[in-house]
Amino acid sequence: MLLAKVLGNIVATQKNHRYENASVMLCQQITPEGEETAYTVLALNAVDAGVGDTVLIVQEGWSASTAATGKSGAAIDSAIVGVVDRIDLLEDE
Amino acid sequence: MQLARVIGTVVATVKNESLEGRKLLVVQTLDKDLEPAGKPIVAVDSVGAGVGELVFWCRGKEASFPFKREDTPTDCTIIAIVDSNAHVTQG
Repeated sequence: MLLAKVLGNIVATQKNHRYENASVMLCQQITPEGEETAYTVLALNAVDAGVGDTVLIVQEGWSASTAATGKSGAAIDSAIVGVVDRIDLLEDE
Repeated sequence: MQLARVIGTVVATVKNESLEGRKLLVVQTLDKDLEPAGKPIVAVDSVGAGVGELVFWCRGKEASFPFKREDTPTDCTIIAIVDSNAHVTQG
């Protein structure tokens, strides 16, 4: 799973029917320390995450489409499956 | 999924039979500011996208799911057309 920050959302009227009633969020991968990386990705919002939230994204089709739509077998490769409350890291000595 | 701009079409007469009738498009992946990122790739179209349109694509095995999924050899499929640049919001 990826750690990412939600930047915004995408509106697409013409889309695959499995995307109906789902929101697609623009996300940017972050490090556990919170630094932004260059990788941005679109993910289906399965947990009602909002802009600015730190989230967990799964990037495997079966898990992603099941989490996002309740059924497997959709053309979805990334889904937001959790909103991160906090991350605890071992401190550098 | 990644945002991309359709920048061209591909014509291939000889191809896998399950790709017959499918539209092949050249797409340039974009970053969050809609600037090009990486090299252009070829994607199969599933929504009727055309050159110049802002779209997003799905990678991997899931890319074949809009089609006859066991048969269609694609690892990159356009699955939605974004309404306009202004419909990619941030903040």
